[in-house]
Amino acid sequence: MSGLLSSSLAKKYAMALSAFFLIFFLLMHVTINLLSVFSEDAFNVASHFMGTNPVIQFAMQPVLIFGVIFHFVMGFVLEIKNKKAQGVKYFKDNGAANSTWMSRNMIYSGLAILAFIILHFIDFWIPELKYKYVEVLPEDPTRYFHELQEKFVSIWRVGAYVIAFVFLALHLLHGFNSAFQSMGLNNKYTKGFKKCANAYSILIPALFIFIALFHHFNH
Amino acid sequence: MMNLTLKIWRQKGPHDKGQMVDYKVTDISEHMSFLEMIDVLNEQLVTKDEDPVAFDHDCREGICGMCSMYINGEAHGPDRGITTCQLHMRMFNDGDTITIEPFRAAAFPVIKDLVVDRMAFERIQQAGGYIGVNTSGNTQDANAIPISKHAADEAMDAATCIGCGACVATCKNSSAMLFVAAKVSQYALLPQGQVEAADRVMNMVAQMDAEGFGNCTNTGACEVECPKGISLENIARMNREYLKASSKG
Amino acid sequence: MAKLDSKVPKGPLADKWTTYKDKIDLVNPANKRNIDIIVVGTGLAGGSAAATLAELGYNVKAFCYQDSPRRAHSIAAQGGINAAKNYMGDGDSNYRLFYDTVKGGDYRSREANVYRLAEVSGNIIDQCVAQGVPFARDYGGLLDNRSFGGVLVSRTFYAKGQTGQQLLLGCYSAMNRQIARGKIEMHNRHEMLDVVKVDGKARGIIARNLITGEIERHSAHAVVIATGGYGNVYFLSTNAMGSNATAAWKIHKKGAYFANPCYTQIHPTCIPRSGDYQSKLTLMSESLRNDGRIWVPAKMEDAKAIQQGKLKPTQIAEEDRDYYLERRYPAFGNLVPRDVASRAAKERCDAGFGVNATGEAVYLDFATAFVRYGTEQAKIHNIKNPSKEEIIKLGQAIIEEKYGNLFQMYEKIIAENPYETPMMIYPATHYTMGGVWVDYNLMTTVEGLYCIGEANFSDHGANRLGASALMQGLADGYFVLPYTIGDYLSDDIRTGKISTDTPEFDAVEKEVKDRLDFFINNKGTHSVDYFHKKLGKVMWNKAGMARNEKHLKEAIQEIKEIREDFWKNVKVTGKLDEFNQELEKAGRVADFLELGELFAIDALDRNESCGGHFRDESVEQDGPQKGEALRNDKDYAYVSAWEYKGEPSDAILHKEELEFKDIELKTRSYK
Repeated sequence: MSGLLSSSLAKKYAMALSAFFLIFFLLMHVTINLLSVFSEDAFNVASHFMGTNPVIQFAMQPVLIFGVIFHFVMGFVLEIKNKKAQGVKYFKDNGAANSTWMSRNMIYSGLAILAFIILHFIDFWIPELKYKYVEVLPEDPTRYFHELQEKFVSIWRVGAYVIAFVFLALHLLHGFNSAFQSMGLNNKYTKGFKKCANAYSILIPALFIFIALFHHFNH
Repeated sequence: MMNLTLKIWRQKGPHDKGQMVDYKVTDISEHMSFLEMIDVLNEQLVTKDEDPVAFDHDCREGICGMCSMYINGEAHGPDRGITTCQLHMRMFNDGDTITIEPFRAAAFPVIKDLVVDRMAFERIQQAGGYIGVNTSGNTQDANAIPISKHAADEAMDAATCIGCGACVATCKNSSAMLFVAAKVSQYALLPQGQVEAADRVMNMVAQMDAEGFGNCTNTGACEVECPKGISLENIARMNREYLKASSKG
Repeated sequence: MAKLDSKVPKGPLADKWTTYKDKIDLVNPANKRNIDIIVVGTGLAGGSAAATLAELGYNVKAFCYQDSPRRAHSIAAQGGINAAKNYMGDGDSNYRLFYDTVKGGDYRSREANVYRLAEVSGNIIDQCVAQGVPFARDYGGLLDNRSFGGVLVSRTFYAKGQTGQQLLLGCYSAMNRQIARGKIEMHNRHEMLDVVKVDGKARGIIARNLITGEIERHSAHAVVIATGGYGNVYFLSTNAMGSNATAAWKIHKKGAYFANPCYTQIHPTCIPRSGDYQSKLTLMSESLRNDGRIWVPAKMEDAKAIQQGKLKPTQIAEEDRDYYLERRYPAFGNLVPRDVASRAAKERCDAGFGVNATGEAVYLDFATAFVRYGTEQAKIHNIKNPSKEEIIKLGQAIIEEKYGNLFQMYEKIIAENPYETPMMIYPATHYTMGGVWVDYNLMTTVEGLYCIGEANFSDHGANRLGASALMQGLADGYFVLPYTIGDYLSDDIRTGKISTDTPEFDAVEKEVKDRLDFFINNKGTHSVDYFHKKLGKVMWNKAGMARNEKHLKEAIQEIKEIREDFWKNVKVTGKLDEFNQELEKAGRVADFLELGELFAIDALDRNESCGGHFRDESVEQDGPQKGEALRNDKDYAYVSAWEYKGEPSDAILHKEELEFKDIELKTRSYK
């Protein structure tokens, strides 16, 4: 594995594959979150399942955490390597003439998302762990919806949430198609993919934002 | 006729630190090529017993790949589908300040002023940018293997790379993927190239990495600035070829 | 002085090369490892030679002044490469290609060499395809051919408009394979500054590392010069800025005869000069003349108005246009050979009918072709009563398909849309048929010193046909030299490594260093370019497309004066031991200043009009050919080989008489 990852192309594949995984995870996450808009019960059932099912908890969750960490670490490794490859900086560099802002600033949109994920962990995941494994409180299958609503009371948190998802959209707008390209999918047959990927990149973060705003205003 | 201020990177040699220096040129015709404008500056400098600006150039018709200037923040300047030598002064206005820098990358060390060392490209080609056939002439007849027009045309499009290094210079990561992919693609598309396809892509990529080029993050800037319009599809093709080759072990 | 021996083998023309190859001495593989060969120049000829010699097992040291062999100016050839494959089944054969080449060269080339060239031409295509050169193909997947340069068959293979590039990259890839194996020691950014002879044999070179300025000695058992032509003697040409004659001229000064320097090809379809700052000219493929019509205004007042920018070409009525090629040459019209088309353009412009500010341009107009193709397309697509605009649009699409890249290139340079207004073109120096004299083995008059490709004089006579330069370069490098040089080197298997620590190397290195020191220390008043431009003007005006005794004598005198001025007043900035482009140019221009004079001397000697060489004194006096070039086979059917004797004016002329046993000498007629 380490031998394979030593080449620049293998690093690209790894980035792309972890990206696909995370993109799929986002889809799942937004689906469950969306339930909260339509039905409190459905959301609680889904959340309870996700929170207590041993396969999800002990197989999928570590994979997800690994995926997230891997994607970030690899992103930083590549960034450092790429910075080194540049050598002396240009006095004047007009990147806007030939590439999108998104593509040139993946590291920054990525950092913004990382900051958000840390916040997210503090908000949801760490309390959840405490609840289940440290304090070992009795399981209450109806607690999830209220916990969710509470988090969106603060305008500041919602603001941070919205900003983070704007960054996620920017990150995806380059990243999704970039992952296709990295995996070698770019020819005249993949034009349709591109449009779907762009739609996804805007739609998913928009839904997350919608959910946050929905709960903020409907509390 | 235009009067211009030029900000040019001057560096005496590989070990000099180098700096941007301002020059003025006057009465520049809009019909001049960019390099002819530099010729005018150099003639001025020689007259004043100063060292003229060193820059690479040869064919001055956009095919040899020698010329390599980073003008106003873009490889080969603001026009598209051309090399520096094909850039004309009509792209600029009277009174403009133009910055001129060498193609930058850690793998392209500066030799002097705007001249850089692109030997890394040579070594990548030597690592596998060929079909291993002897030049004895004892090959089969040229028409023995029909090649579809589509494949031949696509191979030709990849083969038009002039090896100027604009892709590397323009890439924020100084990646050489477009250059390497163009060669890998050309041979991957032709039946003659199949026998060595796996070794070729593995060896060329390994050499590319060894030279210290950065990684591709698919910004697509290389495709935009490439004077020959080499498509990103070639990079995708190389990615497939590499996957295929890796899976063979 | 010994008579020139061309060493052409005996026997029937068609068997000479085969018999020759059967009889030559070979070097066994183990011994090849002990033999070094220097190849200077890495274009099609040098690159293919270096790769092939390395494959055979010799140790090759290759040199080029560019940063990579891939940048040699062979790369700029657009149109294609000829080969007698007869894939089209239109009656082509080795003999026909041979015949066309000799006739095209106006019967001033050596029969046996040309036949050999035609014979190996087919091999070149096989070889290049095996190397992965993406030649154009038809829908059946087979190789496509096009016709070129007024011959009667389609034998030109092409790779879009970039055939030279693709062939060179093929060579380059073959070289890379050998560089990786360590069989070629590649010296990029190195310039050969002289050849070293030991006991009369070429045994090495002195080269300058262009990055560090270091002077280096390199030894070998044989030296191959493949450094291209000397078109830059005109300052403005379609050659690359760095293309130079230094290697060829230096070996001339060391004993290699220089042949036919006056044979220069002026290409008719180049983009005109726009001002005095012009540094180089750009060629557009001759194929444009298949569909474009060439004209200038018939009335002087129109011409004047156009030159002053007061009138546009599209405003000139059909009857006020002078389609001078169609007028003068009704049979061939716009498709007359390069030299004829070039001279006719000059004649009109000299008479004041030129169509840009400099007065040195004629129109190449596609309007008729738009209508012709458009009408045809309308019929194919069943468009009833198409409007004029529709027709033109359809026609333009066809032209775009054929010449799109050329039209785009034109627009980038001139900033006019050639779909809307006629192109402007003017002739420019393009190729030099003359060069270092070589025998059948491609060896110069110095033993062990070879010269191949455009740098030698051999195959094109007084005029080169389109798509033949690539063919010759590759034929020499891939298929001829590797045999002939082996025959010579078979005597060298016991010689052992050649030492560079000898008085011979000391002496030549000192010469080279002294000259470089002189340039740096001269601290004169004018830049190198100043002298180069002056030389170019004299060459263009007095030894250009049409030459006469008076002008040539003046040219000889003027070049001498420029040369003297140069050696007194040239200014070279910078230092010896650094990257110094002014110093590089100084050495090259110094050599052009001598070569230019020999060029004029040769042109003066050849009082006949043949191929690219046109003497005002030698024209048909009457009959239908009145005013056209008149060749003189009785007095001038020879190769002029000049021996260096100190000054260009002291050069001694040796004549290699040309015999034509398989071809009857005819007058070229295009009326």
